[in-house]
Amino acid sequence: MVEEIGTTEEGDLIINVGPQHPATHGVLHLVITLNGETIKKVEPHLGYIHRSIEKMCESLTYRQFIYVTSRMDYLSAHINNHACALCVEKGLDVEIPRRAQVIRVLMDELTRIASHELWWGAMAMDLGAFTPFFHAFRERETINDIMEETCGARLTMNYMVPGGLMADLHPNFQKRVKEFITLYKLKINEYAELVTGNIIFQNRMKGVGYLSAEDAISYGCSGPTARGSGVSCDIRKLYPYEVYDKLEFDEVLETEGDSFARYMVRIGEMNQSIKIIEQLIDNIPDGDFQAKTKVVLKLPKGEFYSRVETARGELGVYIVSEGGTTPYRIKFRSPGFSNLSALDHMARGSKLGDLVAMMGTLDLVIPDIDR
Amino acid sequence: MNNEELKTTITALLPSDTFEEGGEWLNINVEPKDWLPLAQQLRNDASLFFDYLFCLTCIDWKTHLTMVYHLSSTRCRHNIVVKSKLDRSNPEIETVSKIWKTAEFHEREVYEMFGVKFLNHPDLRLLILPDGWEGKKPMLKDFEDAVNMIRL
Repeated sequence: MVEEIGTTEEGDLIINVGPQHPATHGVLHLVITLNGETIKKVEPHLGYIHRSIEKMCESLTYRQFIYVTSRMDYLSAHINNHACALCVEKGLDVEIPRRAQVIRVLMDELTRIASHELWWGAMAMDLGAFTPFFHAFRERETINDIMEETCGARLTMNYMVPGGLMADLHPNFQKRVKEFITLYKLKINEYAELVTGNIIFQNRMKGVGYLSAEDAISYGCSGPTARGSGVSCDIRKLYPYEVYDKLEFDEVLETEGDSFARYMVRIGEMNQSIKIIEQLIDNIPDGDFQAKTKVVLKLPKGEFYSRVETARGELGVYIVSEGGTTPYRIKFRSPGFSNLSALDHMARGSKLGDLVAMMGTLDLVIPDIDR
Repeated sequence: MNNEELKTTITALLPSDTFEEGGEWLNINVEPKDWLPLAQQLRNDASLFFDYLFCLTCIDWKTHLTMVYHLSSTRCRHNIVVKSKLDRSNPEIETVSKIWKTAEFHEREVYEMFGVKFLNHPDLRLLILPDGWEGKKPMLKDFEDAVNMIRL
């Protein structure tokens, strides 16, 4: 699998980036063919954190398999759980209480902000600035504390289960989320001052890693990666789930298709998430947080597919059921896997130094790619 | 287009296919040899325009394998599922990586996990599994591995 460092017959240099490299944000291994400083080919080698979650799920019941999925895209754990819960509920034909729906959306959006904040800090660090990382983590910690109070965990929450939620909200939840919104609005200007408006950052991102709308669709890109190329693909808008169709928010689109466009989409999305949270935080309906479901869940024979919008793009959960208590086959269509496949196309012809800017704005989470 | 209209349009393109209804999306069963020409028509036909392959996977039914393609149109906003039944002892189907570029990675994954051979694929190698895994297909139902697999 690992190619030796060396030269090809045409005299091009082959180098390895990763699997242990800070810019890969995990254990991703890229074999890069270089002509001087120009990239001729990028070949991703995956699997360093492959756990075969799909195979594992085949021997787990519909109540158990949710826990494994938190470990896929660990920055969007809530949204992974949400997708799985939705798929099982589709099979069971269960309508969950409105309180649970609203709380699910609140949690999803908080997760999205936390995820984008980590991405923002890590991306700035990739491009050589260390300070933004601490700024981003300062706000992210607040969200993690909110999650810890209600879900009992900071990263792998396992809070959304088939039928609703694991537990009701912590009494402090509303107060702490409002405190967070105030803090966020105070601090978001720092983000613009530090990075967005910074001419050095703009020069490093503008025109780098161009991806046309047509290519973005062909490579199966989704989420901010595709929206930076002007492809409208927000699942929350196109195939609304829970209460998204009743909320007011915009799908953030940029048309330039370069790294800076993808950057701006994510910054815009954070503001939209705040807008969603503000609409819901004072309007959490009373009632049950769980629908009445059987202890042992059995899905009817058939196929069920659910799609949600994670922080990275479209996550699909495809369950094939034979009528038992465990899925016969389960497939996770992870956004990162498809987004990564466009990297080679984006990078060809650009300079090696620009590769980190491209990888940074693809927002790669390796366990999400390897599964 | 809704499912009924899709059914009519696709039957006109390929009369030999069969449909499964009742699910969320229209399911089409095609023979492996018919898949590539149909895929080209699904992608290029102006009224169908399935330009977004959002999921590509395989299911092991112990007697045969089934390839499953989930397609969507970013212009017309309709979805279909195409399925193709493959021989389990020698699974072979044409690649669609030239039509939808994302298929290149997804097909490599299916190749290593299920052993499906994609004809005319540009780069059919292991993607996720390490060296030396050729021959063993971990996602098949009869796969056993005492070391790497934990039964719960």
